[in-house]
Amino acid sequence: MAVKVIEDQCVGCSACVSACPFDAISMNMDKAVIGDACTQCGACVDTCPVQAIVREAEEKTVAIDKDAYKDVWVYLEIAEGQPRNVGLELIGEGRKLADAMKQKLAAVIIGDGVADLAKEAFAYGVDQVYLVEAPELKHYNTDGYTITMTDLINTYRPSVVLMGATNDGRDFGARVACRVHTGLTADCTDLGIDEATGLVAWTRPAFGGNIMATILCPEHRPQMGTVRPSVFKKPVADYSRAGEVIRVASKAKAADIRTRLVEVIKLAGAACNLEEAEIIVSGGRGMKKAENFALLEELAEVLGGAVGASRAAVDAGWLPSMHQVGQTGKTVGPKIYFAVGISGAIQHVAGMSSSDIIIAVNKDAHAPIFDIATYGVVGDALEVVPVMIEEFRKVKAQA
Amino acid sequence: MQFELSEENKMIQKLARQVAETYIAPSVQERDEEERFDRALFDKVASYGFQGIHYQDQYGGSGGDYLSYIIATEEIARVDVSLCIAIGGGGLGGFPIHSYGTEEQKQKYLRPLVEGTALGGFALTEPGAGSDASAQQTTAVLEGDQWVINGSKCFISNYADIYLVIAVTDRSKGLKGLSCFIVEKDTPGFTMGKKEHKMGLRSAVTTEIILQDVRVPKANLLGKEGEAFKYCMQTLDVGRIGCAAQALGIAQAALEHSIKYAKERCQFGKPIAANQGVSFMLADMATKVEAARLLTYQAAWLKQNGRPYGKQAAMAKKFTTDIAMEVTTDAVQIFGGYGYSREYPVEKLMRDAKVHQIFEGTNQIQRIVIAGNLLK
Amino acid sequence: MNIIVCIKQVPDTTEVKIDPVTNTLIRQGVPSIVNPFDKNALETALQLKEQHGGKVTVLSMGPAQAKEALKECLSMGADEAVLVSDRAFGGADTLATSYTLAAAVRKLGHFDLIICGKQAIDGDTAQVGPEMAEHLGIAQLTYVCKLEVNGSTVRAQREHEECHEVVEGQFPMVVTVVKTINEPRYSSCKGVLRALRSNIQTLTAQDLAVDETKLGLKGSPTQVRKIFSPSKRTDGVKIQKATARESVSELMQKLADAKIV
Repeated sequence: MAVKVIEDQCVGCSACVSACPFDAISMNMDKAVIGDACTQCGACVDTCPVQAIVREAEEKTVAIDKDAYKDVWVYLEIAEGQPRNVGLELIGEGRKLADAMKQKLAAVIIGDGVADLAKEAFAYGVDQVYLVEAPELKHYNTDGYTITMTDLINTYRPSVVLMGATNDGRDFGARVACRVHTGLTADCTDLGIDEATGLVAWTRPAFGGNIMATILCPEHRPQMGTVRPSVFKKPVADYSRAGEVIRVASKAKAADIRTRLVEVIKLAGAACNLEEAEIIVSGGRGMKKAENFALLEELAEVLGGAVGASRAAVDAGWLPSMHQVGQTGKTVGPKIYFAVGISGAIQHVAGMSSSDIIIAVNKDAHAPIFDIATYGVVGDALEVVPVMIEEFRKVKAQA
Repeated sequence: MQFELSEENKMIQKLARQVAETYIAPSVQERDEEERFDRALFDKVASYGFQGIHYQDQYGGSGGDYLSYIIATEEIARVDVSLCIAIGGGGLGGFPIHSYGTEEQKQKYLRPLVEGTALGGFALTEPGAGSDASAQQTTAVLEGDQWVINGSKCFISNYADIYLVIAVTDRSKGLKGLSCFIVEKDTPGFTMGKKEHKMGLRSAVTTEIILQDVRVPKANLLGKEGEAFKYCMQTLDVGRIGCAAQALGIAQAALEHSIKYAKERCQFGKPIAANQGVSFMLADMATKVEAARLLTYQAAWLKQNGRPYGKQAAMAKKFTTDIAMEVTTDAVQIFGGYGYSREYPVEKLMRDAKVHQIFEGTNQIQRIVIAGNLLK
Repeated sequence: MNIIVCIKQVPDTTEVKIDPVTNTLIRQGVPSIVNPFDKNALETALQLKEQHGGKVTVLSMGPAQAKEALKECLSMGADEAVLVSDRAFGGADTLATSYTLAAAVRKLGHFDLIICGKQAIDGDTAQVGPEMAEHLGIAQLTYVCKLEVNGSTVRAQREHEECHEVVEGQFPMVVTVVKTINEPRYSSCKGVLRALRSNIQTLTAQDLAVDETKLGLKGSPTQVRKIFSPSKRTDGVKIQKATARESVSELMQKLADAKIV
């Protein structure tokens, strides 16, 4: 589909110019002109008061037998022998899609000595497990895993493939999508079914989190997407559930793998595993200096949570980048998120807005963080946090 | 008529702003407070080549245009004008060497100034010879193949490495008896006198220099004997555009701080910018700054295109430095009590602005120059 | 060593604001910049060149104005710049973009390394680097925070959620880098003037050996269905008491009432 201006109808109001998120429209002789930067998003179509901008169907040259592709797959990423939470979260979400499409839900498990994880996958709700085990696949590597996944896709033809938007997931997803020549929507924060077409509607933040875009993959299969960790809840596990394990021999040979894992360097560990944390205490510019993060660490310790940071705090060198929450950092969805001295720039909000409860502390009563906070305390972080520590200690002592 | 900056101008502007904000801004207040010139900071900033943008490649420059240099000066002054004194030192010393020096002098003295590995100084003013350059007391006498220089200079900017010193070589000829010499700071007999404690430009060095039987080779005479006054006048003409650019940077900073503060500061339940008393001040300040910018850029444009620019340079210097004083004073007013506090940036801008009405030819002298041009 | 650095000109999304009334993006006055992660990529390449010698070519796909971004890269020290630009590339998603860039890379000839930023701040997909590697049939190392080259061996530290991995591979390879790998340099006045005197080569669809059905909108499997503004939470409670202690005790009371603690 292409977006076009019907010149005769254009009245030169330039409403579309400011509506275009990509700055692709300019005015020439009082008529709107759509330039190269156009991504066909259609924002202008909706904005034009005189219906002078339309979407036109374009002839598609690639045609595949879409009906040959069935079922929803969830790739279950494994870290240290355990499935990552994001994979389990996706089983819950994949279930909804599969039910709506009246198709089966399967998990793909790749690794070495990981057969036991099929039970986990069943417990969380899949009907089938595709299991590929080989020594070459013990650790994630782009080449071996891509060969394995594309082989599975080409053989079993799923309609939808979901992956976690972890670093490995995004490394892997792009490579697989490219090899099977299909579209991949990255970093989704919402999934649904597009009513008009029955396709998966992939919704993701774009433009630094300033806007949301819903994306479809109409003519290619499978429809693929990576989904941010922590935006969906893990379903409740039911270990009485069982299903079919389809064991597939690995086609990846040692010679196919062009990179070699030399060493794994452990970092701060659990304290920094923000994606899995139930409580996160994050600090921003309002913490004023690195030493003041000791206060947040103390609060996090009292609450049994992890410490996060805004980009401003990471850029100032107060905390290492692995603590960064936001569009270019990590996406988190804890039960309680404390935003302390964080103004709430959209880039930060994009990484934490799915938290159940947001408690904000900020000196500036007009800070945008208060627009999304469940509870907002107006005050100096350095005065408020010590009292919080004291109060939560009391609560803990009573419990 | 073209009012768009060239691509080069825009790229240099962006670079100068990045460098100024990254490296200069963090220590502005502290250096001002301590009256400290930071040579390492100068070296860092100079390594980007702002002082030599407009010199040719063969002298270590970038081959850019003069307006780019002026824009870079404005950007640095916007953050800390004191550092411009050091950056501009290369221009003040470099210009006459470039214009009148031999190829050998250019390679030996101009190149390090342009590359920023040496700091330049221009020693004209004496206790008794300020606006009146003819009252020079410093003398230079040729002995064999050396010039022997004696005298003292005051209000000389920078702890420089290479100075241009003006001295009397033939008193009977008055202004036509002045000559210009290139003197390296390590020459025996050359010493720094008292350091001035100033109202503004506190992190730029201003000192007295004393020359006692300073011997320089004959080859260090710049240009021709007896022509120094002409060189000085031309150097000051150019310097005026740089001086205007510095004042422009100061005024721009004062304007930006004022707009930001007027929007943030709330009194009687609304930002003070919501009062016309304040917003009209901002409107006047912005108009003045823009007019000053056009005049300054026009002078730079005339120079880079080889047109006569003396009158415009004097106009730009006079006008811009006067409006810098007005705009910074207004900025302090908008900040109210905080404007008077050293914790806020605007009182420094006001202190820094003042001297621009005085040096590089007082604004009274500028009027003489402008009137002289009108009435010739 | 021949290094190609892929860069993208992007709007500075940190400067974008939302109009509180219409709830749409305010794009006016938002500067176009070189994607920040791509500057890290360029810095990585420049440092490798300083250590090992060689040539750094910056490559970008975009409209003619993307030349500005390429000039900035030249001013930082890149040796050559190539813009891939054609109306036929318009509306490309990551698959079509990476296909086009891969074709341009082939056209440029021999290379050892392609370095990209981990993602662009306007799209945030992190897909073009890996997809380009796939189109070229070469290996990739993504999210790299430390990179060493020894002969034709590349040793990289990859960032992970909770650990770093040290991984090795061989030329030719695509590497995508994260912000922490280095602090990109500024250009210099000389660099700016040199960049302005340099010629930026432009490649169009005709210059590349490409299948036209794989370009631009036509070659893009994904399509944007709609664009909308993120929703806001409206049920928040703001607490502003005279002292921090009073505010916190009010907060604790509310948390208790809501049975959160």
